[in-house]
Amino acid sequence: MGFKPILTTAAAIASLAFAAHADQDAKLVIDGQTMITQTKAPAFVENLDDIYSGWIYRADETQALEMDDFENPGFVFLDQGIDLFNAVDGTEGKSCAACHENVEDFAGLRATMPRMKDGKLQTMEEQVNECRTTRMGAEPWKYSGGQMTAVTALIGLQSRGMPVNVAVDGAAAPIWEKGKEIYYTRYGQLDLSCSNCHEDNYDTMIRADHLSQGQINGFPTYRLKNAKLNSIQARFKGCMKNVRAKPFKEGSDEFKALELYVASRGNGLSVESPSVRN
Amino acid sequence: MAKGVKPRVKVPKKAEAGETITIKTLISHKMESGQRKDSDGKIIPRSIINRFTADFNGQNVIDVTLEPAISTNPYLQFEATVPEAGKFDFKWYDDDGSVYEESKEISIG
Repeated sequence: MGFKPILTTAAAIASLAFAAHADQDAKLVIDGQTMITQTKAPAFVENLDDIYSGWIYRADETQALEMDDFENPGFVFLDQGIDLFNAVDGTEGKSCAACHENVEDFAGLRATMPRMKDGKLQTMEEQVNECRTTRMGAEPWKYSGGQMTAVTALIGLQSRGMPVNVAVDGAAAPIWEKGKEIYYTRYGQLDLSCSNCHEDNYDTMIRADHLSQGQINGFPTYRLKNAKLNSIQARFKGCMKNVRAKPFKEGSDEFKALELYVASRGNGLSVESPSVRN
Repeated sequence: MAKGVKPRVKVPKKAEAGETITIKTLISHKMESGQRKDSDGKIIPRSIINRFTADFNGQNVIDVTLEPAISTNPYLQFEATVPEAGKFDFKWYDDDGSVYEESKEISIG
Protein backbone atom coordinates (compact mmCIF):
# COMPACT_ATOMS: atom_id res chain seq x y z
CA MET A 1 0.00 0.00 0.00
CA GLY A 2 2.75 2.37 0.99
CA PHE A 3 4.50 2.00 -2.37
CA LYS A 4 2.07 3.74 -4.59
CA PRO A 5 2.47 7.33 -3.32
CA ILE A 6 6.24 6.96 -3.40
CA LEU A 7 6.16 5.80 -6.99
CA THR A 8 3.95 8.71 -7.96
CA THR A 9 6.37 11.13 -6.34
CA ALA A 10 9.30 9.56 -8.12
CA ALA A 11 7.46 9.86 -11.43
CA ALA A 12 6.68 13.50 -10.73
CA ILE A 13 10.32 14.24 -9.97
CA ALA A 14 11.40 12.44 -13.13
CA SER A 15 9.01 14.47 -15.27
CA LEU A 16 10.16 17.70 -13.64
CA ALA A 17 13.78 16.86 -14.34
CA PHE A 18 12.88 16.10 -17.93
CA ALA A 19 11.08 19.43 -18.31
CA ALA A 20 14.21 21.26 -17.21
CA HIS A 21 16.19 20.22 -20.25
CA ALA A 22 16.51 22.58 -23.13
CA ASP A 23 15.04 21.82 -26.51
CA GLN A 24 18.25 21.64 -28.48
CA ASP A 25 16.43 21.36 -31.77
CA ALA A 26 14.84 24.79 -31.41
CA LYS A 27 15.76 27.05 -34.31
CA LEU A 28 16.37 30.75 -33.86
CA VAL A 29 15.27 32.53 -37.03
CA ILE A 30 15.22 36.32 -37.06
CA ASP A 31 14.03 38.17 -40.15
CA GLY A 32 14.48 35.04 -42.23
CA GLN A 33 18.07 34.63 -41.03
CA THR A 34 18.90 31.43 -39.15
CA MET A 35 21.25 31.92 -36.22
CA ILE A 36 23.86 29.36 -35.26
CA THR A 37 22.76 28.49 -31.73
CA GLN A 38 24.76 25.29 -31.45
CA THR A 39 27.99 24.14 -32.99
CA LYS A 40 31.20 22.25 -32.28
CA ALA A 41 33.24 23.75 -29.47
CA PRO A 42 36.56 25.38 -30.47
CA ALA A 43 39.51 23.00 -29.99
CA PHE A 44 40.89 24.96 -27.04
CA VAL A 45 37.70 24.42 -25.02
CA GLU A 46 38.81 21.04 -23.69
CA ASN A 47 35.81 20.21 -21.52
CA LEU A 48 32.94 20.80 -23.95
CA ASP A 49 31.98 18.96 -27.12
CA ASP A 50 29.34 21.38 -28.28
CA ILE A 51 28.60 24.99 -27.49
CA TYR A 52 25.10 26.43 -27.19
CA SER A 53 23.75 29.95 -27.25
CA GLY A 54 21.96 31.00 -24.05
CA TRP A 55 18.82 31.36 -26.19
CA ILE A 56 18.47 27.55 -26.16
CA TYR A 57 17.98 27.53 -22.40
CA ARG A 58 15.26 30.17 -22.20
CA ALA A 59 11.54 29.52 -21.95
CA ASP A 60 9.45 29.42 -25.14
CA GLU A 61 7.95 32.86 -24.46
CA THR A 62 11.37 34.45 -23.96
CA GLN A 63 12.70 32.72 -27.07
CA ALA A 64 9.79 34.09 -29.09
CA LEU A 65 10.59 37.66 -28.03
CA GLU A 66 13.97 37.46 -29.71
CA MET A 67 12.54 36.02 -32.92
CA ASP A 68 10.68 39.21 -33.83
CA ASP A 69 12.48 42.53 -33.80
CA PHE A 70 9.21 44.33 -33.11
CA GLU A 71 8.64 42.32 -29.97
CA ASN A 72 12.28 42.35 -28.88
CA PRO A 73 12.27 45.06 -26.19
CA GLY A 74 15.97 45.65 -26.83
CA PHE A 75 15.00 47.55 -29.96
CA VAL A 76 13.39 50.34 -27.93
CA PHE A 77 16.86 51.04 -26.57
CA LEU A 78 18.48 50.42 -29.93
CA ASP A 79 16.37 53.28 -31.34
CA GLN A 80 17.81 55.50 -28.62
CA GLY A 81 21.21 54.28 -29.79
CA ILE A 82 20.46 55.53 -33.32
CA ASP A 83 19.62 58.98 -31.91
CA LEU A 84 22.80 58.98 -29.81
CA PHE A 85 24.86 57.86 -32.80
CA ASN A 86 23.65 60.91 -34.73
CA ALA A 87 23.79 63.35 -31.80
CA VAL A 88 26.58 65.96 -31.82
CA ASP A 89 28.49 66.01 -28.54
CA GLY A 90 31.80 67.41 -27.24
CA THR A 91 34.16 70.25 -28.12
CA GLU A 92 34.84 69.07 -31.69
CA GLY A 93 31.19 69.45 -32.67
CA LYS A 94 31.00 65.91 -33.99
CA SER A 95 28.67 62.97 -33.68
CA CYS A 96 29.58 59.31 -34.14
CA ALA A 97 28.01 59.60 -37.58
CA ALA A 98 30.35 62.46 -38.53
CA CYS A 99 33.16 59.92 -39.01
CA HIS A 100 31.14 56.71 -39.35
CA GLU A 101 28.61 57.73 -42.00
CA ASN A 102 27.04 54.31 -42.31
CA VAL A 103 26.54 52.37 -39.15
CA GLU A 104 26.40 49.29 -41.41
CA ASP A 105 30.15 49.64 -41.85
CA PHE A 106 30.49 48.14 -38.38
CA ALA A 107 29.40 44.77 -39.77
CA GLY A 108 31.72 42.15 -38.35
CA LEU A 109 33.16 44.25 -35.53
CA ARG A 110 31.13 42.75 -32.69
CA ALA A 111 32.20 39.25 -33.76
CA THR A 112 35.88 40.08 -33.20
CA MET A 113 35.63 42.01 -29.92
CA PRO A 114 37.44 42.26 -27.60
CA ARG A 115 40.58 42.55 -29.71
CA MET A 116 44.15 43.74 -29.48
CA LYS A 117 44.90 47.33 -30.37
CA ASP A 118 48.35 48.90 -29.93
CA GLY A 119 49.46 46.08 -27.64
CA LYS A 120 46.43 46.36 -25.37
CA LEU A 121 43.19 44.47 -25.22
CA GLN A 122 40.26 46.69 -26.14
CA THR A 123 36.56 46.09 -25.50
CA MET A 124 33.71 47.61 -27.49
CA GLU A 125 32.93 49.99 -24.63
CA GLU A 126 36.52 51.22 -24.47
CA GLN A 127 36.54 51.71 -28.24
CA VAL A 128 33.40 53.86 -28.04
CA ASN A 129 34.81 55.93 -25.20
CA GLU A 130 38.14 56.33 -26.98
CA CYS A 131 36.29 57.85 -29.93
CA ARG A 132 34.29 60.08 -27.61
CA THR A 133 37.27 61.44 -25.71
CA THR A 134 39.95 61.68 -28.41
CA ARG A 135 37.95 62.45 -31.55
CA MET A 136 34.80 64.15 -30.28
CA GLY A 137 36.23 65.90 -27.22
CA ALA A 138 33.27 64.58 -25.24
CA GLU A 139 32.96 63.09 -21.78
CA PRO A 140 33.29 59.30 -21.71
CA TRP A 141 30.10 57.36 -21.04
CA LYS A 142 29.64 55.18 -17.99
CA TYR A 143 30.89 51.69 -18.83
CA SER A 144 27.51 49.95 -18.60
CA GLY A 145 25.25 52.99 -18.66
CA GLY A 146 22.13 53.31 -20.79
CA GLN A 147 23.82 55.44 -23.46
CA MET A 148 26.74 53.05 -23.80
CA THR A 149 24.66 49.88 -24.07
CA ALA A 150 22.29 51.55 -26.56
CA VAL A 151 25.18 52.39 -28.89
CA THR A 152 27.03 49.09 -28.42
CA ALA A 153 23.76 47.30 -29.20
CA LEU A 154 23.41 49.32 -32.41
CA ILE A 155 26.98 48.46 -33.42
CA GLY A 156 26.46 44.84 -32.39
CA LEU A 157 23.29 44.52 -34.47
CA GLN A 158 25.30 45.17 -37.65
CA SER A 159 27.11 41.86 -37.05
CA ARG A 160 24.01 39.85 -36.18
CA GLY A 161 24.18 36.36 -37.65
CA MET A 162 27.93 36.43 -38.19
CA PRO A 163 29.89 33.80 -36.29
CA VAL A 164 31.92 34.98 -33.31
CA ASN A 165 35.58 34.87 -34.24
CA VAL A 166 37.73 36.30 -31.47
CA ALA A 167 41.50 36.09 -31.96
CA VAL A 168 43.25 34.30 -29.10
CA ASP A 169 46.74 33.94 -30.54
CA GLY A 170 49.69 36.30 -30.88
CA ALA A 171 49.70 39.26 -28.51
CA ALA A 172 46.33 38.24 -27.10
CA ALA A 173 47.62 34.84 -25.92
CA PRO A 174 48.94 35.83 -22.46
CA ILE A 175 45.77 37.82 -21.70
CA TRP A 176 43.65 34.90 -22.88
CA GLU A 177 45.59 32.57 -20.53
CA LYS A 178 44.91 34.96 -17.67
CA GLY A 179 41.22 34.98 -18.54
CA LYS A 180 41.21 31.20 -18.58
CA GLU A 181 42.81 31.13 -15.15
CA ILE A 182 40.12 33.46 -13.79
CA TYR A 183 37.41 31.30 -15.40
CA TYR A 184 38.61 28.24 -13.48
CA THR A 185 39.38 30.02 -10.18
CA ARG A 186 36.88 29.70 -7.34
CA TYR A 187 35.70 33.00 -5.89
CA GLY A 188 33.56 34.22 -3.03
CA GLN A 189 31.98 32.71 0.05
CA LEU A 190 30.24 30.11 -2.09
CA ASP A 191 33.64 29.15 -3.50
CA LEU A 192 32.50 28.74 -7.07
CA SER A 193 34.29 29.26 -10.36
CA CYS A 194 32.60 30.18 -13.64
CA SER A 195 33.16 26.61 -14.79
CA ASN A 196 31.33 25.04 -11.82
CA CYS A 197 28.02 26.37 -13.13
CA HIS A 198 28.55 27.05 -16.81
CA GLU A 199 30.72 24.08 -17.77
CA ASP A 200 29.97 21.32 -15.24
CA ASN A 201 26.28 22.05 -14.74
CA TYR A 202 24.82 23.82 -17.74
CA ASP A 203 21.32 22.72 -18.74
CA THR A 204 20.46 21.94 -15.09
CA MET A 205 18.53 24.07 -12.66
CA ILE A 206 20.12 26.31 -10.06
CA ARG A 207 17.04 26.77 -7.91
CA ALA A 208 14.53 28.30 -10.35
CA ASP A 209 17.08 29.30 -12.95
CA HIS A 210 18.05 27.23 -15.96
CA LEU A 211 21.83 27.38 -16.28
CA SER A 212 23.32 28.19 -19.67
CA GLN A 213 26.89 27.83 -20.82
CA GLY A 214 27.42 31.48 -20.07
CA GLN A 215 28.02 32.37 -23.71
CA ILE A 216 28.24 36.11 -24.43
CA ASN A 217 27.41 36.08 -28.15
CA GLY A 218 24.10 37.89 -27.51
CA PHE A 219 25.40 40.93 -25.64
CA PRO A 220 24.40 43.62 -24.96
CA THR A 221 21.36 41.67 -23.91
CA TYR A 222 17.90 42.80 -22.85
CA ARG A 223 17.03 41.14 -19.55
CA LEU A 224 13.45 40.78 -18.41
CA LYS A 225 14.58 41.02 -14.79
CA ASN A 226 15.78 44.62 -15.08
CA ALA A 227 14.05 45.73 -18.29
CA LYS A 228 17.14 47.22 -19.90
CA LEU A 229 20.18 46.35 -21.97
CA ASN A 230 23.03 44.79 -20.02
CA SER A 231 26.70 44.84 -20.86
CA ILE A 232 28.94 41.78 -20.67
CA GLN A 233 30.93 43.02 -17.72
CA ALA A 234 27.85 44.14 -15.78
CA ARG A 235 26.70 40.53 -16.13
CA PHE A 236 30.06 39.28 -14.86
CA LYS A 237 29.58 41.52 -11.83
CA GLY A 238 26.14 40.01 -11.24
CA CYS A 239 27.60 36.49 -11.31
CA MET A 240 30.35 37.42 -8.86
CA LYS A 241 27.83 38.94 -6.47
CA ASN A 242 25.76 35.76 -6.73
CA VAL A 243 28.70 33.71 -5.46
CA ARG A 244 29.20 36.29 -2.68
CA ALA A 245 32.49 37.57 -4.09
CA LYS A 246 33.66 41.15 -4.37
CA PRO A 247 33.36 41.82 -8.11
CA PHE A 248 36.22 43.18 -10.16
CA LYS A 249 35.65 46.64 -11.60
CA GLU A 250 34.12 47.12 -15.04
CA GLY A 251 36.96 47.80 -17.47
CA SER A 252 39.53 46.18 -15.15
CA ASP A 253 42.29 43.97 -16.56
CA GLU A 254 40.69 40.95 -14.85
CA PHE A 255 37.26 41.43 -16.45
CA LYS A 256 38.76 42.28 -19.83
CA ALA A 257 40.84 39.10 -19.80
CA LEU A 258 37.77 37.12 -18.73
CA GLU A 259 35.68 38.75 -21.48
CA LEU A 260 38.26 37.71 -24.08
CA TYR A 261 38.34 34.15 -22.77
CA VAL A 262 34.57 33.77 -22.48
CA ALA A 263 34.02 35.37 -25.89
CA SER A 264 36.49 32.90 -27.43
CA ARG A 265 34.58 29.97 -25.92
CA GLY A 266 31.70 31.07 -28.16
CA ASN A 267 33.75 31.14 -31.39
CA GLY A 268 31.38 29.79 -34.04
CA LEU A 269 28.07 30.88 -32.53
CA SER A 270 26.15 33.70 -34.22
CA VAL A 271 26.27 37.21 -32.83
CA GLU A 272 22.73 37.82 -31.50
CA SER A 273 22.97 41.41 -30.23
CA PRO A 274 20.58 42.57 -28.86
CA SER A 275 19.35 39.25 -27.50
CA VAL A 276 16.55 38.67 -24.97
CA ARG A 277 17.18 36.73 -21.77
CA ASN A 278 15.54 36.49 -18.38
CA MET B 1 6.08 66.59 -24.85
CA ALA B 2 7.64 63.90 -22.75
CA LYS B 3 11.21 62.93 -23.64
CA GLY B 4 12.16 59.99 -25.84
CA VAL B 5 8.68 59.19 -27.07
CA LYS B 6 8.60 57.15 -30.24
CA PRO B 7 5.56 55.32 -31.59
CA ARG B 8 5.98 52.17 -33.63
CA VAL B 9 3.46 50.00 -35.38
CA LYS B 10 3.54 46.69 -37.22
CA VAL B 11 0.78 46.16 -39.79
CA PRO B 12 0.98 43.62 -42.64
CA LYS B 13 1.49 45.36 -46.00
CA LYS B 14 -1.10 43.17 -47.70
CA ALA B 15 -4.24 41.29 -46.75
CA GLU B 16 -7.17 39.47 -48.39
CA ALA B 17 -10.43 41.43 -48.45
CA GLY B 18 -12.31 40.63 -45.24
CA GLU B 19 -9.26 39.06 -43.62
CA THR B 20 -8.60 39.50 -39.92
CA ILE B 21 -5.11 40.81 -39.33
CA THR B 22 -3.04 41.26 -36.18
CA ILE B 23 -1.74 44.71 -35.42
CA LYS B 24 1.07 45.32 -32.95
CA THR B 25 1.81 48.73 -31.50
CA LEU B 26 4.40 49.97 -29.06
CA ILE B 27 5.21 53.47 -27.87
CA SER B 28 8.32 54.22 -25.89
CA HIS B 29 7.11 56.30 -22.96
CA LYS B 30 8.18 56.44 -19.32
CA MET B 31 4.56 56.10 -18.02
CA GLU B 32 5.26 57.87 -14.72
CA SER B 33 2.43 56.77 -12.45
CA GLY B 34 2.20 59.83 -10.19
CA GLN B 35 2.57 57.60 -7.14
CA ARG B 36 6.34 57.68 -6.85
CA LYS B 37 8.44 60.13 -4.87
CA ASP B 38 11.82 61.59 -5.76
CA SER B 39 14.84 61.70 -3.42
CA ASP B 40 13.46 64.85 -1.72
CA GLY B 41 10.19 63.11 -0.94
CA LYS B 42 8.21 65.14 -3.47
CA ILE B 43 5.71 63.36 -5.66
CA ILE B 44 6.87 62.95 -9.26
CA PRO B 45 3.95 64.27 -11.32
CA ARG B 46 1.95 61.79 -13.32
CA SER B 47 2.91 61.57 -16.98
CA ILE B 48 1.32 58.76 -18.94
CA ILE B 49 -0.32 57.96 -22.24
CA ASN B 50 -3.98 58.04 -21.22
CA ARG B 51 -5.69 57.09 -24.48
CA PHE B 52 -4.91 55.14 -27.62
CA THR B 53 -7.05 54.97 -30.74
CA ALA B 54 -6.81 53.25 -34.11
CA ASP B 55 -8.95 54.22 -37.09
CA PHE B 56 -9.28 52.53 -40.47
CA ASN B 57 -10.30 54.84 -43.31
CA GLY B 58 -11.87 57.17 -40.76
CA GLN B 59 -13.78 54.44 -38.97
CA ASN B 60 -12.80 53.72 -35.38
CA VAL B 61 -11.33 50.25 -34.76
CA ILE B 62 -10.25 50.46 -31.14
CA ASP B 63 -10.30 53.13 -28.43
CA VAL B 64 -8.36 52.31 -25.28
CA THR B 65 -8.18 54.14 -21.95
CA LEU B 66 -4.82 53.58 -20.31
CA GLU B 67 -4.41 53.87 -16.56
CA PRO B 68 -1.38 54.75 -14.40
CA ALA B 69 -0.63 51.12 -13.48
CA ILE B 70 0.39 50.33 -17.06
CA SER B 71 4.14 49.90 -17.30
CA THR B 72 6.78 51.70 -19.32
CA ASN B 73 6.64 51.43 -23.12
CA PRO B 74 3.02 50.25 -23.44
CA TYR B 75 2.57 47.47 -25.99
CA LEU B 76 -0.90 46.91 -27.44
CA GLN B 77 -1.81 44.13 -29.82
CA PHE B 78 -5.25 43.71 -31.37
CA GLU B 79 -7.02 42.29 -34.40
CA ALA B 80 -8.88 44.13 -37.12
CA THR B 81 -10.88 43.02 -40.14
CA VAL B 82 -9.82 44.68 -43.36
CA PRO B 83 -12.73 45.05 -45.83
CA GLU B 84 -10.82 47.12 -48.40
CA ALA B 85 -7.48 48.76 -49.11
CA GLY B 86 -6.82 51.80 -47.03
CA LYS B 87 -4.98 53.42 -44.21
CA PHE B 88 -4.73 52.81 -40.49
CA ASP B 89 -4.28 55.90 -38.31
CA PHE B 90 -2.95 55.45 -34.80
CA LYS B 91 -3.01 58.09 -32.09
CA TRP B 92 -1.54 58.14 -28.60
CA TYR B 93 -2.72 60.90 -26.24
CA ASP B 94 -0.22 62.11 -23.63
CA ASP B 95 -1.17 63.63 -20.26
CA ASP B 96 0.62 66.83 -21.28
CA GLY B 97 -1.70 67.27 -24.25
CA SER B 98 0.65 66.00 -26.97
CA VAL B 99 -0.76 63.58 -29.50
CA TYR B 100 1.65 61.19 -31.21
CA GLU B 101 0.51 59.92 -34.58
CA GLU B 102 1.49 57.15 -36.91
CA SER B 103 -0.22 55.70 -39.98
CA LYS B 104 0.20 52.62 -42.15
CA GLU B 105 -1.18 51.77 -45.58
CA ILE B 106 -2.51 48.34 -46.35
CA SER B 107 -3.32 46.93 -49.77
CA ILE B 108 -5.64 44.10 -50.86
CA GLY B 109 -4.56 41.09 -52.85
